[in-house]
Amino acid sequence: MTKHLTGSQIVCEALLKEGVSVVFGIPGGAILPLYGVLSQYPNLRHILTRHEQGAAHAADGYARSTGTVGVVFATSGPGATNLVTGLATAMMDSVPMVAITGQVGRAAIGTDAFQEADITGATLPVTKHNYLVMRADDLGRTVHEAFHIARTGRPGPVLIDIPKDVFMEMGNYDPDAPLNLPGYRVPGKADEAQINVAAALINESERPVILAGHGVVLSRSFDELKELAEKAQIPVVTTLLGISSFPEDHVLSTGFPGMHGMAYASLAIDQADLIINFGSRFDDRIVGDSKRFSVGSKKIHVDIDPAEINKTIKVEGPVVGNIKDVFAQLIPKVRKTTHVPWLQHIEHLKAEHPSLRIPESDRLMGQHVVKALSDVTKGDAIITTGVGQHQMWAAQHYQFKNANSWLSSGGAGTMGYEVPSAIGAQVGNPDKLVWSICGDGGFQMTMMELATAAENNLPVKYAILNNNHLGMITQWQTFFYNRDYQAETYTRNPDFVKLAEAYGIKGIRVTSQDQLESAIREANAHEGPVVVDFVIEKVDDLYPMIPAGQSIHELIEDPN
Amino acid sequence: MPTRSNGSSQRTISALVSDRPGVLARISGLFRRRGFNIASLAVGRSEEPGLSRMTFVVEGPDEVVRHVAAQLDRLIDVVEVRDISESNIVWRELALIKVKAPAGARAEVLELVNIFRVNVIDIGVESLTVEITGGRQKIDSFIELVRKFGLQEVIRTGRVATLRGTLIEGEEDGLFQSDASASTYVLPVPTDQTGSV
Ligand SMILES: Cc1ncc(C[n+]2csc(CCOP(=O)(O)OP(=O)(O)O)c2C)c(N)n1
Ligand SMILES: [Mg+2]
Repeated sequence: MTKHLTGSQIVCEALLKEGVSVVFGIPGGAILPLYGVLSQYPNLRHILTRHEQGAAHAADGYARSTGTVGVVFATSGPGATNLVTGLATAMMDSVPMVAITGQVGRAAIGTDAFQEADITGATLPVTKHNYLVMRADDLGRTVHEAFHIARTGRPGPVLIDIPKDVFMEMGNYDPDAPLNLPGYRVPGKADEAQINVAAALINESERPVILAGHGVVLSRSFDELKELAEKAQIPVVTTLLGISSFPEDHVLSTGFPGMHGMAYASLAIDQADLIINFGSRFDDRIVGDSKRFSVGSKKIHVDIDPAEINKTIKVEGPVVGNIKDVFAQLIPKVRKTTHVPWLQHIEHLKAEHPSLRIPESDRLMGQHVVKALSDVTKGDAIITTGVGQHQMWAAQHYQFKNANSWLSSGGAGTMGYEVPSAIGAQVGNPDKLVWSICGDGGFQMTMMELATAAENNLPVKYAILNNNHLGMITQWQTFFYNRDYQAETYTRNPDFVKLAEAYGIKGIRVTSQDQLESAIREANAHEGPVVVDFVIEKVDDLYPMIPAGQSIHELIEDPN
Repeated sequence: MPTRSNGSSQRTISALVSDRPGVLARISGLFRRRGFNIASLAVGRSEEPGLSRMTFVVEGPDEVVRHVAAQLDRLIDVVEVRDISESNIVWRELALIKVKAPAGARAEVLELVNIFRVNVIDIGVESLTVEITGGRQKIDSFIELVRKFGLQEVIRTGRVATLRGTLIEGEEDGLFQSDASASTYVLPVPTDQTGSV
């Protein structure tokens, strides 16, 4: 039934029809007409962040942790451009988001009007699609198309730019109007012929490895992954973004490979005769030198995006389809088997290359903190991270018990993701424990969102792995720039405990190993948000390490 | 960058796209981000309402162009894209050429016009404007031949191309000499759901 409404009302009604209950954002002149109707829609909760980047990462954390579309509002010009990092982060990791931006009035577009930015132009490469909507009549259909595009196929962010006067114009909204997307195809089941090739490759192989990527998480195929792995007794290596797609206490769990992954995971991939890639892009942090990547193996690549297949690694078994559907097609065709010698060999690799040695030091190291967090929370928390050494320690030493409990900016590597993404995850999972493992560098990029956490009484726990430097930068300068240390040390970090207190948040400082457990318990028990300043050793040797563009043969294992 | 074993070549890509603002920018952006050039481009309405046909010729390593074509295909506004370089295609370009043709030289110019079967579309006191269609070589040759009379203006369109309806290979202009290298750039996409729902 068609309704006659203002553009702003159409947007809100369409959001509600899409099941949206939370929006993150900041108002401004061009989008004020939309804020002007929010009081009519009490079921749309708006969370005011302190920066639009924070709103975007919060929507991203909400989307990843709930599997629904994250929504963000921003005004024209600088409000919209502040979203760009958040959109790029979501785009690189295929996170479903819809951003609604205000634009200057139609008559002013293109005139360099006050707070005008060509945001559809600026975000072309960092959105799955975007729209500039010039008539209120088109708003409803556009919002529904945007959600459809964001959440289906390979998910991604979609931006809708709406001129101020279009929000105010009256228009028709037909909630059931058909979408108009002739060029958009959503792969579902794979071609049977491709499945047969893949099944034959699996049944023939003696040393198979599953490489589980973000696609397994995005398609929520956790049970299916486990079923296939168990049926054919195939070890499972997860990519950095595939972490938590497979229980880490499972005997077949074989870690994550690549630049700072477990040596045994990289070795398993190198020595396999078949790699079965479910939804990973064969990213360069895993592959390194593509000419020397697992040269002895055949490869199956299952991906919903045909443009990913044969992009960096040529494969014998291409399978285009929705991973969940592909599992259902594939599992019945895969023979139940055991692969005993190969699994024994993997156990041997794990024993020979433990990779996760925690330094025997009296002082407090990053690894100690993550290990304690993992032990005290029993692997049950949702973990978000920034980018750097702390991120790798988190990936290595937190033992994830629950599916989809790891949120990290893998593709873009966005520092600052840690603070707001945890807010989004907590909003989406009010009853779960959310720990954000932060770098002191990344934390300071978005720490203003502590105010958002405090204001909304979101009990996020922030663990700052405070090494007083850009640890990962120091590390690279050690390895690749002759220890010529430039711009990597903070000589004046703020007092993070006082900073927390300034925001009305509980602050705790931890400087030694014996304080770890009680501090983490204290934080867990506290009802509101907490910042724990873990003052850790400065180190420049995060192992294992495969230098960029190299292969497993250049692996640097822990020399200690 | 590792050196590639297969060389760069000109590839012809045909795309059916939504007739909406911004589509060209989306498409050209995928080439721009890799830093390569679109050698020619032709856009116009297609046989289907609401859809335009684009034909573009790009220069770049074959593998990379194939990958860009696959990325083009995932743009929401692109309905269909084909790298038709290796197919049996006919293609044409059009050029308008204004050449000096004073009384003394006019006969000679007109002789070339006849040989090339081009149309004279405007005659001035000192110049002639002709319209020529064909393959690139034919147009290049004609331009070279009339250059000595004095070229005043050369306006060329991009290439437009289509698959041949017959299996008989044509000759002369427009027949693409297949380099017989690898075939399709993108795997067939099985679809159990189309975009218009
Ligand atoms: C927004 C952004 N800027 C710069 C970088 C480059 N970078 C990667 S890791 C790193 C250091 C991170 O320092 P910190 O957050 O303290 O984490 P640590 O490595 O010390 O654990 C930098 C600067 C980045 N990834 N993101
Ligand atoms: Mg640091």
